[in-house]
Amino acid sequence: MLAHDPLMKVLYVDLSRRTFEIRHRPELFESYLGGVGAGIKLLEEECPAGCDPLGADNPIVFAVGPLTALFPLASKTVAVFKSPHTGNLGESHCGGRSAVAIRLAGYGAIVIRGKSEMPVYLSIEGDKVTFRDASSIWGLRMDSTGRVIREREKGAGFRTIMRIGRAGERLVSYASVATETYRHFGRLGLGAVFGSKKLKAIVITGRGEVPVSNLKEYRALYDEIYDQAVSSPVMKKYHDLGTAENVIPLQRFGGLPTRNLLEARFEHAEGISGENFAEHYLGRRLACSHCPVGCIHIAALREPYEDEPYFYKTSMISYDYEPIFALGSMLGIGDAAGFLRLMDRVEAWGMDAMSTGVILAWATEAQEKGLISERETLGLRFTWGDPLPYIEACRLIVEQPNDFYRTLAHGVEEAGRIYGNLEGALAYGKNEMPGYHTGPGSHLGYLIGLRHSHLDSAGYSVDQKTLTERKVEPEELVEMLIAEEEWRQVLSSLVVCFFARGIYLPEIVKRSLALCGYVWDEGAIKGIGREVYREKYRFKVREGFDIERERLPGRIFTTPSPVQSFDEIYMRRAVKHWREVMGRGV
Amino acid sequence: MRLAVLETEKCVGCQSCMFACARRQGGVGVSKSCIAVRSIGGMERGFTVIVCRACEDPPCAKVCPTRALEVRKEGGVKLLMDRCIGCGYCRDACLIGAIQWDTYLNKPMICIHCGYCVKYCPHGVLGMQKKGATYAGT
Repeated sequence: MLAHDPLMKVLYVDLSRRTFEIRHRPELFESYLGGVGAGIKLLEEECPAGCDPLGADNPIVFAVGPLTALFPLASKTVAVFKSPHTGNLGESHCGGRSAVAIRLAGYGAIVIRGKSEMPVYLSIEGDKVTFRDASSIWGLRMDSTGRVIREREKGAGFRTIMRIGRAGERLVSYASVATETYRHFGRLGLGAVFGSKKLKAIVITGRGEVPVSNLKEYRALYDEIYDQAVSSPVMKKYHDLGTAENVIPLQRFGGLPTRNLLEARFEHAEGISGENFAEHYLGRRLACSHCPVGCIHIAALREPYEDEPYFYKTSMISYDYEPIFALGSMLGIGDAAGFLRLMDRVEAWGMDAMSTGVILAWATEAQEKGLISERETLGLRFTWGDPLPYIEACRLIVEQPNDFYRTLAHGVEEAGRIYGNLEGALAYGKNEMPGYHTGPGSHLGYLIGLRHSHLDSAGYSVDQKTLTERKVEPEELVEMLIAEEEWRQVLSSLVVCFFARGIYLPEIVKRSLALCGYVWDEGAIKGIGREVYREKYRFKVREGFDIERERLPGRIFTTPSPVQSFDEIYMRRAVKHWREVMGRGV
Repeated sequence: MRLAVLETEKCVGCQSCMFACARRQGGVGVSKSCIAVRSIGGMERGFTVIVCRACEDPPCAKVCPTRALEVRKEGGVKLLMDRCIGCGYCRDACLIGAIQWDTYLNKPMICIHCGYCVKYCPHGVLGMQKKGATYAGT
């Protein structure tokens, strides 16, 4: 790291005492770069073993990295915390303006400790931190909260506004935190941690500078990366149709989870395809700060008011592949407008779209099987393809008027254990599955991935690229997934968006780091990925994680996979091997 | 030639132009940027690109008490740093808010129409135009 790089500064905010301090932690960023690397070390320091995720002891750590604000697509913030959803490691990434704002506010990381007695929001600008009473916005929807703060605070264009909706306040364990309306710390319940701390929002304004070792070389490398970002075929899909482009290929492949994964092909996939959204709904495209790609796709939905002629409302609603799977095919919804209406509600309440969809899909199947009745659902009849009962169910999950909805507010694992249909409760490590049923690689990736997410190791990619060509033994598959997940620890320590993984190859990472004063060879860079991966694992073990006790949802074996078939024995062999590999490093 | 905002509605808000402006001046970040991109009341409503539009008879130069802003033949103004006393009249006179402020030096930061940022606009929002051409956008 270069001398005077503000990356080394960590802002500690204590909500209980309403105090803050800034500490210089060069050793942390020298050794672990930033992002998840520095974040997991800070979490280990700050989070007492066995703490209550919704208690004052649970810290929230936001971390950015050396490449943030220097290079294009290095625009993600990593949040780490103990997850109220899984009771273990919570790690969630978000773009928008968050990363650049934190870095240019002069910080490498921000740690939030304690708990406020009354609703507050934080305003951070440079070395000034203000605690503001948020009582008058407590209870507001996610977007309205953003609007109020946007109008009240200065710094338009240079700031991020992180905020929660009602789901976070009501401690729904998969509540999200949104920034800039359309980007999220979506997974693993950071929104509930905010809610437990009575923290409605954080606005961070940054317009400072960061150093670089050689301006001439910096400009040259910048151009190299920028040119690839705007012209390389590896980025094309993100800026054209966006991630929604995945719908049709996955449908053709037979890996699109449909109706709670009772099927893996959806006859109405066309309706919720990237192509259909682009043709009929795409209203605007947006980008994160310092990313020329602009993958964020916003649909314009025009709806009439039924009770009043000549009155319409036009809503701007973001769509991406994962929400489309979860709130679309997984619920049998193949009508784009229906999906958008549901998506809009999920956003307003501030819930993780993926978890919400998977939970509602389980509930639909459970009701079909007679495991729950309208007594539990309070009169709702869930029907594949009908968005209206799902929209109402979101409200009930947030309000939690009875035991059933209280259970749904804690995830599908608990719901399956209490009401049955456990084989159709599609969660790994209590985190609801993402949208790929492409073969053993995807499911094994969710199981062993330390976030239980598709972004851990891209198992779906191994399925589609390698397993279509040849049969892979579980041991080899495990090693491929570990190698990918280890490399992703490097990307998320820098912090680079995973969509740019085709640009930030080891050689480019090495050269860009050198300009930030890290003279590391490729071996050292990969070594840090390995180490961070194991640090995360150690944290998980400390908090009670045991891979042998993890449940595999039965449904994944009964719905045919498009590539080689796999069974519980295959998966257990893989788990055994994973444990051996991990045991060597712990 | 002068810098022009050709099609604001195509702006995705990536702010690559802001980073480019700072980079051209030897900085990394946005603090030196003479161009600003911000949403017009939330991302859902799109963006505004704020930069000097090289007016014919620039009010910033007219109000400068020390004649520190010289009107360039090609359009725009040139800041004569040693004459500037940092009074901020120029900033107040610019209705579109295109005069950014260097809080460290206490001096205005004004676009010099070099066109460096144009190369980093991925969607053709920015372009160079001859003096006197009608703006297509804002």
